[in-house]
Amino acid sequence: MAEIHLKQLAHSYSDNPQGHKDYAIREMDHVWEKGGAYALLGPSGCGKSTLLNIISGLVTPSEGQILFDGHEVNALTPQQRNIAQVFQFPVIYDTMSVYDNLAFPLRNVGKSEDVISAKVKDIAYMLELEDVLKKKAKNLTADEKQKVSMGRGLVRDDVSAILFDEPLTVIDPHLKWKLRRKLKQIHEQFNITMVYVTHDQLEASTFADKIAVMYGGQVVQFGTPRELFEKPEHTFVGYFIGSPGMNFFEGSFQQNELYLEGHKVALDNEMKSKLSITPYNQLKLGIRPEFVEVLEADSPLLSNLGKDEKGAEALLASCENCFKCEVLLVSDLGTYKIVSLKLGNTEFKARLPEEQSVPKGSAYVRFPGNWLKVYADEYLVD
Amino acid sequence: MNKVENNKAWFLVLPVFLLVAFSAVVPLMTVVNYSVQDIFDATNRYFVGVEWFKEVLRDPRLHDSLIRQFIFSFCVLLIEVPLGICVALMMPKEGRWSALCLILLAIPLLIPWNVVGTIWQIFGRADIGLMGYYLNAMGIDYNYAGNSGDAWATVLLMDVWHWTSLIALLCYSGLRAIPDAYYQAARIDRASGWAIFRYIQLPKLQSVLLIGILLRFMDSFMIYTEPFVLTGGGPGNSTTFLSQTLTTMAIGQFDLGRAGAFSLIYFLIILLVSWLLYTAMTHVEKGE
Amino acid sequence: MSTKTLNSSNDFAQAAKKNKGIALPFTKGQFGMVCYLLFVLVPIYWLLNMSFKTNQEILGGLSLFPQNFTLDNYRVIFTDPTWYNGYLNSIYYVSLNTVISLLVALPAAYAFSRYKFVGDKHLFFWLLTNRMSPPAVFLLPFFQLYSSVGLFDTHIAVALAHCLFNVPLAVWILEGFMSGVPKEIDETAYIDGYSFPHFFAKIFLPMIRSGIGVTAFFCFMFSWVELLLARTLTSIDAKPIGAVMTRTITASGVDWGVLAAAGCLTIVPGVLVIWFVRNHVAKGFALGRV
Repeated sequence: MAEIHLKQLAHSYSDNPQGHKDYAIREMDHVWEKGGAYALLGPSGCGKSTLLNIISGLVTPSEGQILFDGHEVNALTPQQRNIAQVFQFPVIYDTMSVYDNLAFPLRNVGKSEDVISAKVKDIAYMLELEDVLKKKAKNLTADEKQKVSMGRGLVRDDVSAILFDEPLTVIDPHLKWKLRRKLKQIHEQFNITMVYVTHDQLEASTFADKIAVMYGGQVVQFGTPRELFEKPEHTFVGYFIGSPGMNFFEGSFQQNELYLEGHKVALDNEMKSKLSITPYNQLKLGIRPEFVEVLEADSPLLSNLGKDEKGAEALLASCENCFKCEVLLVSDLGTYKIVSLKLGNTEFKARLPEEQSVPKGSAYVRFPGNWLKVYADEYLVD
Repeated sequence: MNKVENNKAWFLVLPVFLLVAFSAVVPLMTVVNYSVQDIFDATNRYFVGVEWFKEVLRDPRLHDSLIRQFIFSFCVLLIEVPLGICVALMMPKEGRWSALCLILLAIPLLIPWNVVGTIWQIFGRADIGLMGYYLNAMGIDYNYAGNSGDAWATVLLMDVWHWTSLIALLCYSGLRAIPDAYYQAARIDRASGWAIFRYIQLPKLQSVLLIGILLRFMDSFMIYTEPFVLTGGGPGNSTTFLSQTLTTMAIGQFDLGRAGAFSLIYFLIILLVSWLLYTAMTHVEKGE
Repeated sequence: MSTKTLNSSNDFAQAAKKNKGIALPFTKGQFGMVCYLLFVLVPIYWLLNMSFKTNQEILGGLSLFPQNFTLDNYRVIFTDPTWYNGYLNSIYYVSLNTVISLLVALPAAYAFSRYKFVGDKHLFFWLLTNRMSPPAVFLLPFFQLYSSVGLFDTHIAVALAHCLFNVPLAVWILEGFMSGVPKEIDETAYIDGYSFPHFFAKIFLPMIRSGIGVTAFFCFMFSWVELLLARTLTSIDAKPIGAVMTRTITASGVDWGVLAAAGCLTIVPGVLVIWFVRNHVAKGFALGRV
């Protein structure tokens, strides 16, 4: 078991990289602590498999260092790093029985047959492979094969880390949940550092204590599932995590005031001073659909509205971060409803409880200040 | 693949059937016809039944060349199969170098067999051949035309030179079909180089090796032209293999009845051994 | 726990040290490959070397490069019709054989890969046994057969005779490639209203292009290298180059220079052919069966 430190790591598959586009992994600094259960989450092509292969030693990074417990391991082979890795598609040794497949990694390091037998039986029990131990691996079903592949990684409890590269892709949905539970149990039992690559946020948040979200060859946020939800540090995290993803609006900061689609937004002085010193090209404001408030008919604002146009305007102005917007569509999803709205030229969504009614035509919404996040060039200003 | 039952498919195979039958059945019948007759000339021929077969089976010439032939084919397989696998493992995986290696390896396969004989005839001569000259210069008394041991070694070396490439190319294409993930998994499992070979590469090579071994057995068992050009079967009879014994008998001595019986026995031996090899190897594949 | 971790970190440090050995500029595999290629090429180099020497120089002593570089040996071959006709004859019957083998083997291979029919397995096996029959067995019957039908000493005779071992091989290789094409392709085409010949020529054949290329390569190769049958079935008009080469052996000795030059020239067509199919060779040598 080891702490894995990626130090100023970058990787390019081309010999002579020119600019960001040539890098599969852009320079990053990252630490996986000893014994943690981590997920590496991101869309396909974001470099997560490359990063995994760099950690395991299948790929040598073109720049930077990988440190295991403070020692550089760049030049070490996967064998020497003592890493276990489970691949997306099952890799099994056709000519061997399931038992021999599971015993293979242990035999390779010369463990005694007694130890091997105990360990293999243990893992076979956990993965429910006991009945097929004597079968030839070639004749297994796809998910049995993948269980064998995983088993080969799990029999080794002395490893520095176990890496999973979307291991449940070929597994039946009802088995996925079960296997994820197993992995979690194994983690709790042996306390091995585990890194789990996936593009499925649900998979990531049920498995991991902390999730690293990758985008464009970089880890854009590393945090607990709750942090990723409540405080996305990058617009991509906001968009990728949550369903539906975060709403974004065009923002601007003029004369010490912040504007959302041309409407003034309340801002405390601390943020104002931060924004005034942050260099940026583009400003965005984001809010999760869960935090958008659609005002109900009996709210003071709405009950006064019909009486006096001027009074209503004044009320709207006095209501912090309240806006009038167009209602486009209401989709009822059973336990909640998603309302599509339009503010200025920007469409956005709100997630409302099932029982709340939504006015037709236009509605008034409020963006609570603590949930409205400001992003300068895609990164959170905080 | 599930095949459809359709007897009209015979029309598609008919041309092949007729063409091969023309070249195979008529001559084969002729051979059978010879083998049961004693032929003096076009008009004087007598039916002798299985007499020729009895005689040929007792013929020491057949025994000797048959033993030589088996030893030769055995040596050929013993050297060429492991060597071919090694060469395939050493080949660059992709890129310009692998294309170059492929082409260079394939060259011996594309040289007419008599020219192969000629190349080695020249190469091994002590006066004008590079190998013969330097072997003698190193104090080794090497003379393939005079010493039967040297002749054997040269014929064998020539065959290795000529045909190892076939095994190598077969194995190379087998190796290329193994996905990278297998090698990665093996490295992760800390498999030694030997274990990678034994549990990943060798199993995947089984089907091409079956083809390779069968082809090499058949062709080495039928070898004629190369040793004929190189040594003419000599010195003495030391490199006279079955084909040459047969050709001498049929054309040199015009001993048609005996040659006919010999031919059929020869053919049956190849068929039998090929079948045995095939069954044994497919059995190994399933049984393990 | 803490001691174990300490151990493992020491392991990383030690392993890192161990890796800093002396680095060779090449790997063992590359070295072995070069050695083997040298073994393949040296005899050919020697033949080539000899072909540029005069007979006096060849017999006079060993030299690694021609001292008196000469093209005379090649001039002999290119000016004497007996010599160059030998090449033309060989190329002619080899091409003829390749075309015939492919033409008959393509439909047959399709039948074997797609349909079950009476006697299919026996037929396939019987075809393959012809690959196992030693040509020496058939020399005399072939001679008699082709003489009796008036084909003796024609290119077509050799081309037909070589079909004996090339057609079974071609059927076998093509069947492997065709079985790799999903049957749904055929069915879709029939539903789309293609007739069988139309479908076969327009859709199916292009899909197994590399298979056809490789089969042609094998047919060319086995026909080009065979001499025993070719020599038996010809005397003058269709005499193959291999048989012409015996001309160099005369009562006054062997004309080594011309023999070497003729040998070198027989290698050229093979190299050209392999050059054309080089990108398919890796797949083709597995005969579509990996």
